Amino acid sequence: MIRTLLVANRGEIARRVFRTAALMGIRTVAVYSEGDRHMPHVAEADRAVALPGRDAAATYLDIEALLAAAVESGVDAVHPGYGFLSENAGFARAVIAAGLTWVGPPPEVIDAMGDKLAAKRLMEAAGVPVLPTWDPDGSAGDTIDFPVLVKATAGGGGKGMRVVSARDELPEAVAAARRESRAAFGDDRVFLERLVTSARHVEIQVLADDHGHTIHCFERECSIQRRHQKIIEEAPSPALAPDLRERMGSAAVAAARAVGYRSAGTVEFVLEPDGHFWFLEVNTRLQVEHPVTEAVTGLDLVREQLRIADGEPISVSPPDLAMVGHAIEVRLYAEDPANGFLPATGTLVDFRPAPAPAVRWDSGVETGSQVGVEFDPMLAKVISHAPTRAEAAGRLALALERSCIRGVRTNRDFLVNVLRSPEFLAGDTTTDFIGRVGPALDRSPSAGDRSLAATAACLALRHLSRLSTPVLRSLPAGWRNSVMPAERVELRSGESDLVVEYRSGRDGEVEFAIGDWSAVVTGAAAVATRAAGAGNGNRLDVFFEAEGQAHRFDVVVHGSRVYAQGPAGDLAFEVLPRFPAPAGAVPEGGLVAPMPGRVLTVDVESGQAVETGRLLMVIEAMKMEHRVTAPYDGRVAEIRAGAGDQVSGGDLLVVLEAAEGSAS
Amino acid sequence: MPAPVLPTSIDTRSPDFLARRDAMQGLLEQMDALMRQAALGGGPAAQERHRSRGKLPVRERISLLLDPDSPFLEISPLAGYYTDYAVGGGMVCGIGVVEGTECVILGNDPTDLGGAMTGVSIRKLMRALELARQNRLPYVQFVESAGGDLRGIGAGDDPEAVMRRNLTHFAESGRMFHDITELSALGIPTVSVVFGSSTAGGAYQPGLSDYNIFVKGGAKVFLGGPPLVKVATGEDAGDEELGGAEMHASVSGLADYLAEDERHAIRMARDVIGHLGWRKAGPGPSDADPDPPRWDPEELLGIMPADLRSPVDAREVIARVVDGSRFEEFKPRYGSTLVTGWARVHGFQVGVLANNGVLFSDSAQKAAQFIQLCNQTSTPLVFLQHITGYMVGRDYERGGIVKHGSQMINALSNSTVPHITVILGASYGAGNYGMGGRAFDTRFVFLWPTAKIAIMGPKQMAGVMSIVRREQAARRGRPVDEDTEAALTAAVEEFAEAQSLGLYATGRVVDDGMIDPRDTRTVLAMALSACHSAPVQGAAGFGVFRL
Repeated sequence: MIRTLLVANRGEIARRVFRTAALMGIRTVAVYSEGDRHMPHVAEADRAVALPGRDAAATYLDIEALLAAAVESGVDAVHPGYGFLSENAGFARAVIAAGLTWVGPPPEVIDAMGDKLAAKRLMEAAGVPVLPTWDPDGSAGDTIDFPVLVKATAGGGGKGMRVVSARDELPEAVAAARRESRAAFGDDRVFLERLVTSARHVEIQVLADDHGHTIHCFERECSIQRRHQKIIEEAPSPALAPDLRERMGSAAVAAARAVGYRSAGTVEFVLEPDGHFWFLEVNTRLQVEHPVTEAVTGLDLVREQLRIADGEPISVSPPDLAMVGHAIEVRLYAEDPANGFLPATGTLVDFRPAPAPAVRWDSGVETGSQVGVEFDPMLAKVISHAPTRAEAAGRLALALERSCIRGVRTNRDFLVNVLRSPEFLAGDTTTDFIGRVGPALDRSPSAGDRSLAATAACLALRHLSRLSTPVLRSLPAGWRNSVMPAERVELRSGESDLVVEYRSGRDGEVEFAIGDWSAVVTGAAAVATRAAGAGNGNRLDVFFEAEGQAHRFDVVVHGSRVYAQGPAGDLAFEVLPRFPAPAGAVPEGGLVAPMPGRVLTVDVESGQAVETGRLLMVIEAMKMEHRVTAPYDGRVAEIRAGAGDQVSGGDLLVVLEAAEGSAS
Repeated sequence: MPAPVLPTSIDTRSPDFLARRDAMQGLLEQMDALMRQAALGGGPAAQERHRSRGKLPVRERISLLLDPDSPFLEISPLAGYYTDYAVGGGMVCGIGVVEGTECVILGNDPTDLGGAMTGVSIRKLMRALELARQNRLPYVQFVESAGGDLRGIGAGDDPEAVMRRNLTHFAESGRMFHDITELSALGIPTVSVVFGSSTAGGAYQPGLSDYNIFVKGGAKVFLGGPPLVKVATGEDAGDEELGGAEMHASVSGLADYLAEDERHAIRMARDVIGHLGWRKAGPGPSDADPDPPRWDPEELLGIMPADLRSPVDAREVIARVVDGSRFEEFKPRYGSTLVTGWARVHGFQVGVLANNGVLFSDSAQKAAQFIQLCNQTSTPLVFLQHITGYMVGRDYERGGIVKHGSQMINALSNSTVPHITVILGASYGAGNYGMGGRAFDTRFVFLWPTAKIAIMGPKQMAGVMSIVRREQAARRGRPVDEDTEAALTAAVEEFAEAQSLGLYATGRVVDDGMIDPRDTRTVLAMALSACHSAPVQGAAGFGVFRL
């Protein structure tokens, strides 16, 4: 019987497992890296053991350290979560060898399924349909049907994956995929697979126990992906009629049985518009998107995992399983959609899920958490469950819109745009959805909405400046007895600068003018509610009336940044200094690092002439490669970073002198 | 236990109230129009010219110096009204908050006569120095001045008449240099930011300051400019060599800080004030979170009658100025033509003396006692003036009105707590003196638009003059032509009335400015807070009271 459980993971999944463990009366033990010391998962366990080191390799991937933590804290079981060592048979074996219970499938199954290519062969033998594959070195000659997908044999999570549409792109793509795969999985084997376009990603949740039961808990559709990573998942799939559901479910159960599966697992398929489906892989772990299945079936999949690991039978049998309503999950990432969805880092100045409408938030962070470069940038998964798909999508979008997530760029607005798009609502979801539909990357508020948000920001700043003044604090803000210039605040919002001018009148009236926009604001009140997170941030509820409407904004002031969240979204403003310092920090023509990472290669030399698009440097971050290319024709004047250097987002990498006639 | 809330008996729908409010709004419109005019300094064209040189107007310079969203009290904004000079007097003076420190801020307005020093601007300058001295406020001046107003007489002027009428003299003007260096000796820091010309005598403005910030390419500071040097020594020298900012910052040492541009200079001035670590010497407010008045200050507009002879209950004003309208009245049944008592304004404890009619012996004695009590507890005094004077007549003279009025003036003169006066309406004769008039070292005097200040009421003045003329005529045995006499009396009354108007006084810088009645509470709080920058200490002794 499991009494104490160590979760060899971090973030939201560690908390997710803790929650069910606690409900089952199981004590929990967390592990944490140096950078994670203050993360919520550490605080929520009954005990927490430090893993010396900062990066994944030294911590959540270090089998010895994890085992030592398990033994030291006297646990009797280990749950691996997802990612990290969750599909590492060596870890599973080590846990079992230490006399502990491994919450997951047997190591042999992990091994068998970890080699994607071998898994496909096994499934083919079991009668499960599989896609054709080729050798990456082109030894299959001219028979390759482009486009193909380069996949890591040991892969998962989109890492080491590349789309190749023509033969001449193959060598570079294969080389890059190998590098990524080696970095992520310590294995550089890759293979080519027929690329299925306009398809859906549909997967079946399976459960198998030691009592001979292997069942499926219906499907999840995870077609909405960016960079080959799922960002929106749902159950049921809008594309599955009952008979197709039954056929895919049976195929998944057959697949699980073929490998002697035990525990919770997922059989992934690609579903073509004509109803053909092909086996992709078996994920021998709990999936990120498992909550949508939980929502529609009422199961607790972690509970099932723990019961199965303990030798108990699955708690339900197929006749009792049904899907009720519709569930949708989104993955909220710290990333910049406008910058190719590259990971974003920083301090979460504010992280407050909206209290209503009610949705499930599985988050690994809280206000004040640091989002670094070391680990996956997923902040939370958010799940709505409603009677209909449209209601589930609308509720989830509204919950996201109303939540306050500040300090780090996220894909929140992008997710909202997808959820609200007619294509998504029509169920027209395929894996090429984002490229095909092209949802807007942010909310792009109207000029009027932007002005209202800027007004709220200025009212908050005004309130704070009055609170902090040592003299005349109770006097009316900005009071004048003669004609003086208006108060002036310059705010940078994205690419545009707003000049806000305002004058305080009697009875709390304030006249605002922002460009062509003007309003007389009455009844302005700002209530500073509490400090927001790390540092000296302040959160304020700002209320005012303008032109017969009441406006309410949730404002956070953190250093020179002001976030104003209203009905048109959350706007981040940079307060420009009243007394600007001399300009010229970044030399003209300077190319800066788009994100924090490590320089992998420097592909040009100082003085070299380059053409637009010429590769200058490759930066690796989050185990993804990012190519820095010349934005215009010119000459490399200076190289500021060398291979192996760690760079921060915004660091100067290359100074490029524009060639004559070339627009810089 | 807080003091009781004053009741009110104002009916805001009564015709009387509405008529008074309309009249007040008319006066405010006139005042606001003048304020707008003053803000333009030398006019829109001059403002545009100034800006086109890349220079900031003086009011923008001051705005940038101030802490964002802090209040700013401009002093004598309508100086120069009804004179030969522009409204505002070519200078902006005020009390504002810089890096959390209340300062006296003074700036030349170079759009008006090039910022030249005139009779008006010198008065404003001297007043600014006095404000800094009396209230122990750091002093910041923005210098850009063409120097003394050397314009002689205009076309058509009679030189002899001009000379005879002019009672000011160049020799007096040295006092401004004395006073600025005296501030430094008193431990009150002085900061000069030189944006433009500061030459000849003007060069001593920065010369005598504690901190000097010169704007590159703008500041010009020398005793003699190129023409004078050429005439005096035959030397050819340019502006920059003689007194440019870079020269002074690197060679002469007259500049302590070299600013790249105007904004940079203002930022440096903020840094200087910031590093002072200024601590106010007064006790400060007793309540950090004061209640607003229970009764709406908006109603102050409908209190003062157009005809100042109509009675006004001073408590209605107090009730719309003090915290929570709470007022602890002292001796309400004795000397009832003067209301005395304690209240708070934005948390600052004050003793209030407000006229509720003519001053009699008992009300004068009550004032003398109340002033002494406030000195005993170091409580600042607020005077709300609406006074036609001390009572005259046989009975009152016999009753010792001179003696009792003298007791009040003795107490006032020797009181050392800060005095702040607001002239609501009439301010005639000795009433002006006894109720904290400007001549009695009052820290601040403000006027409502309804204020009238004179040696006596215009009607009395005209009547007295008429009697004197009739007596003269009788002595000389000349007949009195009644029509001429009536016309003359009317003319005298009209002249006296015009001269008694608050705007006329404020144009002459004999007060600190005309205010909107609704701002009374805010203005008093700013003035009180400024007073609390200096020690607030009551008198240990008074002159001998003639009992």
